[in-house]
Amino acid sequence: MLLKMKFNQQRRLRLAQGLWLLSWLALTCGAFIFCLGVYLKMELLRRSEVMDNTEIHVVPNILMMVGLVSIGTNWVAGRVCLDSLDPTRFPRWKIFLLVWFAVAAVICCLLIAVVVLAYALQGRLEESLKIGLRNGIRFYKDTDVPGRCFQKETIDRLQMQFRCCGNNNFKDWFEVQWVSNRYLDFTSKEVKDRIRSNVDGRYLMDGVPFSCCNPTSPRPCLQYHLTDNTAHYNYDYQTEELNLYTQGCRQALTDYYMGLMNSTGPGVLSVIIIQVSVILSLRYLQTAVEGAMALENPEDDSEGYILQKGVKETFEDVKTSVLDMLKFSQVDPTTSKGSPEAEDASSTPAN
Amino acid sequence: MAVLRVTFTKTKRDKLAQVLWILNWISVVTGAILFSLGLFLKVEINKRRELMADRDIQYVPNMLISVGLIACAINFLGGKICYDCADNTKFLRWKLIMLPYIIFTFFFTFCVLVGALLCYTMHGELEESLDQGLTEALKFYKDTDTPGRCFLKRTVDMLQIEFRCCGNNGYRDWFQIQWISNRYLDMSQREVVNRLRSNVEGRYLLDGVPFSCCNINSPRPCIQQQITNNSAHFNYEHQTEQLNLWMKGCRQALLEHYSYIIQSIGLAVFISWLFELSVLTGVRYLQTSLENMLRHGDPNSDSDGWLLENGLMETARINLNIIKNLGKNNQIDTANNGDPNINVPSTSTAHYGPDNVPPKQTSEAT
Repeated sequence: MLLKMKFNQQRRLRLAQGLWLLSWLALTCGAFIFCLGVYLKMELLRRSEVMDNTEIHVVPNILMMVGLVSIGTNWVAGRVCLDSLDPTRFPRWKIFLLVWFAVAAVICCLLIAVVVLAYALQGRLEESLKIGLRNGIRFYKDTDVPGRCFQKETIDRLQMQFRCCGNNNFKDWFEVQWVSNRYLDFTSKEVKDRIRSNVDGRYLMDGVPFSCCNPTSPRPCLQYHLTDNTAHYNYDYQTEELNLYTQGCRQALTDYYMGLMNSTGPGVLSVIIIQVSVILSLRYLQTAVEGAMALENPEDDSEGYILQKGVKETFEDVKTSVLDMLKFSQVDPTTSKGSPEAEDASSTPAN
Repeated sequence: MAVLRVTFTKTKRDKLAQVLWILNWISVVTGAILFSLGLFLKVEINKRRELMADRDIQYVPNMLISVGLIACAINFLGGKICYDCADNTKFLRWKLIMLPYIIFTFFFTFCVLVGALLCYTMHGELEESLDQGLTEALKFYKDTDTPGRCFLKRTVDMLQIEFRCCGNNGYRDWFQIQWISNRYLDMSQREVVNRLRSNVEGRYLLDGVPFSCCNINSPRPCIQQQITNNSAHFNYEHQTEQLNLWMKGCRQALLEHYSYIIQSIGLAVFISWLFELSVLTGVRYLQTSLENMLRHGDPNSDSDGWLLENGLMETARINLNIIKNLGKNNQIDTANNGDPNINVPSTSTAHYGPDNVPPKQTSEAT
């Protein structure tokens, strides 16, 4: 027996009461996990326009599902506790408890997987943001194209809220035409020169939109002719740091989401610990009560354990029973060969 | 004749005391809510302290805070009194205090009402304060190197971004002040010198606005410089362009923000005033019915409760007389010939004969 403990009637009662309270605590933790999943999903959906794919959504999806399932399982655990001290009502839970343990183990594994995924998917999140932001910056000027007309507002709001500029930094705006052709005077020489200066015929300039401006700068914001030191008085492009936001939006958003997931990490870990303690306590209660019911005097002492045999033996038992189940539909070649021979042997003497 | 007389049986009195106990505790919570509302308003006003000129607007949140605290204390005492009133023996402890308590609470509810009204009168003062404060803030926008004003630029920029407004009344306010510091002006350029010479005070004025005035809903990249010059930008007409910059003035935006808060607070204070008044009415009925029960002498008897023993005018007259006679305890009453040695005409009905009769001559003289 693995980790066996002796339980008298008083201890069984205490265990049932304590487990009932613990299962309600675990139920509220399950509700907390569900709300956490909902919150994460909403935050991700809010910025879904600058994300290319939804792979990162697997984290809040798992959290929501696990939260709902754990609410159900912990409620069942509470009912089992109430019935455990009544010998007439307890036996009907017997088969159900096997399923319960399997489901609860799956919940714990999923929660651990969520914690691991939150770190593992950081790279995918960055990729998704990189592509999404690149598209957003490219379509910034298309405020007259249906489906893209709010890109400008989205990018502007994003840059102002997260205090960032461009994808990696503000130079991303130099490589894109972010002023629409509707507002360019094609008769002007300067415009024509700029358009002819590159292969694709884009109006590129060393300027950024106003949303890149840093309000903490002591000087009024310089948006245009950023690389030209002579265009502005007392301005050095290489050393100027306060004029625009220096951080890239991809980095800012990744930091924000990683911060969110990291801060929920300890909460999820403590929920895992609570759920594991519920599983162990219920196992002890189940074995102790079953042992007590098997005795002549149900009020006597009984033993509770985690596993009846050792870990290795239990594993072998489980393996053979699973293999037997798989062999159930196969025809057994040894018995079928034996029976026609026996029939022949019995039919020949009749001749 | 009493005002709004109601008869109370013993059980009704006890029930009234219990209900009033609970209501007084709810009033304590209401007082705490008033206190927190006053605190919230104080914090909100202090948040934008840099944009408001020195005006006396702190009196409204201060009054709300003090009214909230006093309401908590009064209703706590009221709860204790009502709890004890359910028991006839304990009521005697509070007998002498109850009437002064009711009078004090009645005048206090006036303070609550005044607090509610003050919330609505604050509007004018607030507007003036914001007007002056914003004008000063816009003037000092460029002084990011002056200690004490170096964060004003950031404050104004964040305000314009957050509240979606530009300038004091509109974006034209920026045309009338120099918002670019001289540190960043190239005095050797002709254009700069011309602009400086173009006005009396030598300020660098231009028809441009800071970047924080830009409207993010505009379909076109923001036009901040040469706003009034139609030919400086392609396909641009300054009179009809509405989406380029924020059109609202910051004074109006802030005023709307604060008006919303203050009106909600005023409504909450008014509702709590009505609640306090109803609790006070209940306590008055309880007091009068218990006193009448004591007058009858039988604790289980029915007794009447009322708001005022006599009519309104009678009560006012009696109280005025009491107040008039309060100060007259040591004065000699000269109006009615108060000196007992002076001859007062007799008012008795006994007839002692006519006055001014000369004394009768005795028989000794003859």
